[in-house]
Amino acid sequence: MGYPHPSHPKETPVLSKHFGEAAARTYDGWVERGGYTALRKALGMTPEAIIDEVKSSGLRGRGGAGFPTGLKWSFMPKGDGKPHYLVCNADESEPGTFKDREIMRWTPHQLIEGCAIAAYAIGAERCYIYIRGEFTEPLTVVKAAVAEAYAKGALGADVFGSGKRIDIVVHRGAGAYICGEETAMMNSIEGRRGNPRIKPPFPAQAGLFAMPTTINNVETLSAVPHIINRGGEWYKGLCLSNPKSTGTKLISVCGHVQRPGNYEVTMGTSMRDLLFDMCGGMKPGRTLKAVIPGGSSVPIMTAAEVEGCLLDYEGVVACGSMLGSAGMIVMDDSTDMVYQIWRLARFYAHESCAQCTQCREGTAWTTKILERILAGKGKEADLQLLLDLSENMTGKTICVLSDSCAAPIVSGIQKFRSEFDAYLSGARQPALAMA
Amino acid sequence: MSGSTHGHADAPHAPVFTGEIRSRLEALFPQYPTKQACLLPALWMVQEERGWISEPAMAEVAEVLGLTPAYVKGVVTFYTMYHTHPVGRHFIQICTTSPCNLCGAEAVMAALLRETGCGELGATSPDGRFTVSEVECLGACGFATPIMINDDFIESVTPERVAGILQGYK
Repeated sequence: MGYPHPSHPKETPVLSKHFGEAAARTYDGWVERGGYTALRKALGMTPEAIIDEVKSSGLRGRGGAGFPTGLKWSFMPKGDGKPHYLVCNADESEPGTFKDREIMRWTPHQLIEGCAIAAYAIGAERCYIYIRGEFTEPLTVVKAAVAEAYAKGALGADVFGSGKRIDIVVHRGAGAYICGEETAMMNSIEGRRGNPRIKPPFPAQAGLFAMPTTINNVETLSAVPHIINRGGEWYKGLCLSNPKSTGTKLISVCGHVQRPGNYEVTMGTSMRDLLFDMCGGMKPGRTLKAVIPGGSSVPIMTAAEVEGCLLDYEGVVACGSMLGSAGMIVMDDSTDMVYQIWRLARFYAHESCAQCTQCREGTAWTTKILERILAGKGKEADLQLLLDLSENMTGKTICVLSDSCAAPIVSGIQKFRSEFDAYLSGARQPALAMA
Repeated sequence: MSGSTHGHADAPHAPVFTGEIRSRLEALFPQYPTKQACLLPALWMVQEERGWISEPAMAEVAEVLGLTPAYVKGVVTFYTMYHTHPVGRHFIQICTTSPCNLCGAEAVMAALLRETGCGELGATSPDGRFTVSEVECLGACGFATPIMINDDFIESVTPERVAGILQGYK
C-alpha cells in the first residue's frame, strides 16, 4: 500500500499489505495474518528444494543490483563443514529510498521469517540483521520481534521442533552510507572501519569472518515467505512486462509529488501511472522536470524519458537509467538541477570511505567544481572537466560509490546542459556564495 | 526522551564497563565468533552512558576487547554517529540530502539553528541544551524533512513546527 496513504487500486500489496497495522508487529498478530506457515513449510523441505522454488519465482535482489536471489543462494558451498552466515542488509541509506524502514516498522516478523527460511536454505545457523544506526524505531521493533520469535520457538536451537538451529542477531550500524555495500557491511560487523573489500573472494566463498556468506536486502528476504507459501509460479506470474522482472516491487516516491510514500506495484507497471495517478502528480501549477528513479545513484531521467517507461529492471534501462532500489526522487519545474546535482555530489563526497583515489579525490573535486559553477565563478572548461573526472570515477574503484556520484553528474550535464550554461554565462544569479 | 549525560573533555575517566554494563557487554560475546565484532556495540554502550566517546574511553574499550587504542580510534572516527567530543544535552540531526532539500530542508535547518540558539552547525547552544548537526539521508525521504533528536525520529518537520518540537526537550 502507498503508506502513509491508503492502498491504491493499481497497487498489488503483498509485502506492504499490513503496513500501518500495529497488531501485525506482534508474533500472534503475524500468525493471525498467516505468518510463520512458510517457515514451518520450509523446514519440511530440503534446502535445495527451497532454492529451486526461489529460483523459479524469478525473485531478484531488491537492494539495487537485481541479482537473481535463488542463484545467489546456490553459490553457497555444500558440505564444507564451515559455519555459514546470512546477513540481512537493513542499512537503507540510499537517498530516495525508504521502503525497508516501513517493512521493519510494521512487519518485522515477515522479515524474520524470510531470514529464517533463507538461513536454512544456505546452511547458515546464524543471521545478522545490520540496521543503520539512525533507524531507532525499526531497531526497537525488530529487536522486540526477534525476542518474541525466540520465546515462541520460531528461532533458537530447535526451530519449531525441527531440530534445526537458527539464530538472529540484530547489529546496529553507526552512521556510514558505505556500510550498505555488502563487503563494507561485513567489515563493519567484524568491528572494522566500513571499507569495501576487493572481490574476489566473493562472499559465498569467504565473506563474514572469512566464512561463506550470503547478503540479502530486507525487501528481498521479506518476499521469500510469500514465495514459499504460494509457490514460485505464482510469484513469477506477477509480471506485466517481461519475464526477467517478476513479482512486486516497493517503490518509494519522494520529492515534488502530491502523495509521497511507498507504493507496491507489479513489475512492469507504468512509471507515468505511478507518478501521476497513484502519487497524485505534481503540486498544483507545476510540471514534471526530472526523475532519479533508482535511488540517487543512477542516471537522471527527463520528463520525456518517463513517458512510456515501464517499472522493471529492463524497462528503466531502456529509458536511460536503472531501477536500482526503486527510490524515486521526483523534481518539478521549480528545481535548480545544477544545485541538486551539487547536493548529490556533496553526499557522495561525504560518504566516500576514501580508500580509492578516484573516489576520494573525484567526489571531492566534482563537488568543489559544481560549487564554483553555482557561485558564478565557473569556467567554460568546467563541464568537460566534470565529464573527464566522472570518466575516471567510473568502473575503476573497489566499489561503485564513485560510479554513483558520476551517474547524476554525467546525465545531468547531458540532459540539462542549458542550466549549467546559464550559470557559466552569468544569465543565472549565483545560488551559492563561495567560501 | 533520552538526554545525553554531559561530560567534560578533561575530567578523569571513570571506567564504563563495570557491573551491569560489563555483564551486558559480556552477554554479547557468544553472539559473535570474535570479541572484535563487539566493538560497535561496545562503543554504543559508552556513548549511551557518557554522551560521547573520549580517548580514555576508547582505551578502555580496547582493553576490554583485546584491541589497541589506535585501532579503536580508527573505527570510532569512521562512523558519523559516534561523538568524539561532548555535545549538547539534546543532539539534533537534520537531513538535508537531495530529497529533503527539494522539500525545504534548508529552511528547517535555519529555523533549528535560530530556535536552539546554536547559531551554526556543530556548535552547542550557550545553555548546553542543544547541538545541531547536518546528516546525510535519514532514509525517510517520503516524510521530508525528518530530524532526529537524540534517539527520537521526527518526521515531516516544517520551520513552523520547530519551536513547538524543541519545547519537549528541556
